[in-house]
Amino acid sequence: MRAFAELLDRLSLTASRNAKLVLLRDHFANAPDPDRGWALAALTGDLTFDAAKPAFIRKAVEARMDPVLFGWSYDYVGDLAETVALVWPARPGANREPELSEVVDALRGASRAEVQRLIEGWLDALDATGRWALLKLMTGGLRIGVSARLAKTAVAAMGQVEVAEVEEVWHALSPPYDDLFAWLEGRSERPTADAPGRFRPVMLAQAIDEAIDFGKLDPDDYAAEWKWDGIRVQAVSEGGVRRLYTRTGDDISRTFPDVIAALDFEGALDGELLVLREGGMASFADLQQRLNRKSVNDKMLADFPAGVRAYDLLSDGGEDLRALPFAQRRARLEAFVGALNTSRIDLSPVQTFATWEELAELRRQPPPGDPTLAEGLMLKRWDSVYEAGRPKGPWFKWKRDPFLIDAVLMYAQRGHGKRSSFYSDYTFGVWTEAVDGSRTLTPVGKAYFGFTDEELKEIDKYVRDHTVDRYGPVRAVRADVRHGLVFEVAFEGLQRSTRHKSGVAMRFPRISRIRWDKPSGEADELATLERMLEQMEGR
Amino acid sequence: MIRPESLLCPKPEGLYCAPGDFFVDPVSPVARAVITHGHADHARAGHGVVIATPETLAIMAERYGADFAGSVQPLAYGESVSRDGVQVTLVPAGHVLGSAQAVVAWKGLTMVVSGDYKRRRDPTCPPFEPVPCDVFISEATFGSPVFRHPDDGHEIAKLLRSVEQFPDRAHMVGAYALGKAQRIIRLLREAGWERTIYVHGALERLNHLYERHGIALGPLAPATSTAKQDFAGQIIIAPPGALADRWSRRFPDPVSAFASGWMQVRARARQRGVELPLVISDHADWDELTATIDELRPGELWITHGREEALMRWAQLHDIKARALALVGYEDETED
Repeated sequence: MRAFAELLDRLSLTASRNAKLVLLRDHFANAPDPDRGWALAALTGDLTFDAAKPAFIRKAVEARMDPVLFGWSYDYVGDLAETVALVWPARPGANREPELSEVVDALRGASRAEVQRLIEGWLDALDATGRWALLKLMTGGLRIGVSARLAKTAVAAMGQVEVAEVEEVWHALSPPYDDLFAWLEGRSERPTADAPGRFRPVMLAQAIDEAIDFGKLDPDDYAAEWKWDGIRVQAVSEGGVRRLYTRTGDDISRTFPDVIAALDFEGALDGELLVLREGGMASFADLQQRLNRKSVNDKMLADFPAGVRAYDLLSDGGEDLRALPFAQRRARLEAFVGALNTSRIDLSPVQTFATWEELAELRRQPPPGDPTLAEGLMLKRWDSVYEAGRPKGPWFKWKRDPFLIDAVLMYAQRGHGKRSSFYSDYTFGVWTEAVDGSRTLTPVGKAYFGFTDEELKEIDKYVRDHTVDRYGPVRAVRADVRHGLVFEVAFEGLQRSTRHKSGVAMRFPRISRIRWDKPSGEADELATLERMLEQMEGR
Repeated sequence: MIRPESLLCPKPEGLYCAPGDFFVDPVSPVARAVITHGHADHARAGHGVVIATPETLAIMAERYGADFAGSVQPLAYGESVSRDGVQVTLVPAGHVLGSAQAVVAWKGLTMVVSGDYKRRRDPTCPPFEPVPCDVFISEATFGSPVFRHPDDGHEIAKLLRSVEQFPDRAHMVGAYALGKAQRIIRLLREAGWERTIYVHGALERLNHLYERHGIALGPLAPATSTAKQDFAGQIIIAPPGALADRWSRRFPDPVSAFASGWMQVRARARQRGVELPLVISDHADWDELTATIDELRPGELWITHGREEALMRWAQLHDIKARALALVGYEDETED
């Protein structure tokens, strides 16, 4: 447990990707089996427990110390797991520090009552870092800035293989991955990758740099498609095993039984998961109703029917197509989807164009229908093989320009972690006019990025200097027709919302510019947003 | 029994002893001052007479020049000086070289001004000596149950492991120039690090002073070499302010470490961009504060500065009469 705890501790404060890789690689090289395998599972999100809820942890600590002192400590530290780890009044006479594998075995096997007794014993035996790691592990969500992919990359580095090779076999493996480590250390053959229904590492696109790339690219070399606004999925059906994966290989089959039921084929499709109604796609807001749910009910399935818009074919009747050029895969895909008898899988059409100017016009003025909901365009070289990762050149994404409005800063909230001394989360509003002609601000969104560290300092100072009220961690900032700070806010789309007073919700809002120069009274009106919304809906 | 306030009472300049006519650690110039230790917020220049340990006087002379006070009165550990019936004795506080508690006795009443102190071992100064007293006047820099400093050997091992793991990077340790820097160097030597340790110019004079007082620091060199790669795999000690300064750009991809009790809280480390927090403090942590008070069981506890709220609560729960003086002008440890 100690080595794992110290790893998490270092990772949580290490920003550089390379340094994280060194820390992870060294851990995987030095920690014994099966501890390192459980560590890998914890980092890739393949190990979760529900044995210890935060409420239990809090109760346990308050049984041992003055709740007032605990409350002040929690206020000061701001994170429950960290506070408990620091203040935990260990009973003397404990105990041998548990190994990670002991903790995992116990948490998987024991009843809830037993687990709670065990946890107290572990907390007594561990030091503050160990307690912190244990609590993070048990309450889920390590949140230490390590993605599943980074952890796999480090494992690959340890074995001196490409990460795609690890991803390729990943879904045939299960924690604590003894066979993976045995292969990477040259003690055994590569684990079999051809488990039916497995995930194939995904090929990703680079963002195009309009100023540079178009000058060098020949439009004849590229196919163009709409960039659909859903989530990237891989739909696999092989030998009776049906799976739906996210682009990072998370298995989301259980959340989408309707899609799984439609995978009546033998192969692996790459496409976009969308809510599809009568052949047309619904907005991302509709898809969100279906995401991240552990269980789905019939009403959900009826109201938000999901489907896949296919744009690549990776395997067809047991044949691996990934080494074929895109043009050939595309032809196979069209035949493959054409032969399916379901409305839940359709084809992402290829857009014809002769020049980049012509394509730019298409991007600017999408035709009515689904393209108005697209996020932009995708460009794929006709001769590109399907290569895991994000190679430079074969695939590009060309996003639509964001929408922009000018809004006035209304509230600011303290940030977290590195930003806990800064007011870094901003609620902004736009003007509405009452019948008597008076103008008031209505909040329309919240953003916490898009600015530089230097700008953050300036905004933080502005907030502190112009506070008119405080509510816990939130400050109300002076904002009226004559005084206020204007942000140019960029966002990707608008949705109607009953939860917001303004009636609209922004997608992916961020601060694109700080308009120190602009008088607050000249910021945008809510009516502007309503017009934008009508345009988006008027397809 | 006389009231303790008639012996010592808080004033804007600091704690004042009326019957003896002197201040303890005054923050502005006064006629007579007893100085507990050499940190700048406790030891200021410009007093008339300064009473302190010879080591503290040497530190003040090094920092402010020989004429830092009208006159000085060295008082070795255990020695006393009396004036108008008030006896002052200096006793080790275990904080930094020369640091002392001021034991003030008058008409059968004993009050101990702890100054800043810690209870754990420090290879650069003698350990804190508990003195039974009627009133214990404590600091509370880390007066919250969240501050419980780990063993310093563990923290040094963490640093050395990181040096091993990242041989191409320099390890830059932020440490307060007086006390912390020399303690870190000594701890590194004890852990077997025999290579040259590179130091920021701001530490040099105090390093020499420590060596003159018999604390061997081993091979040191100024961190001013020109070849960036020379610092790969090396340890550099600098004042905390230099970590994020342009000064640090001379080192290859430095790992920013910071030796301070504040590093116990992750958000603090993140805020400062510290990659390798080393929880090493010259102040008593929560367990040391409460154990000291428990051991002394003073009739009254006064708290000079720091996070007094939680310690007040603790005292209340343990039936110890406590009072917060809320003295201003004493900075938290190495916040600069």
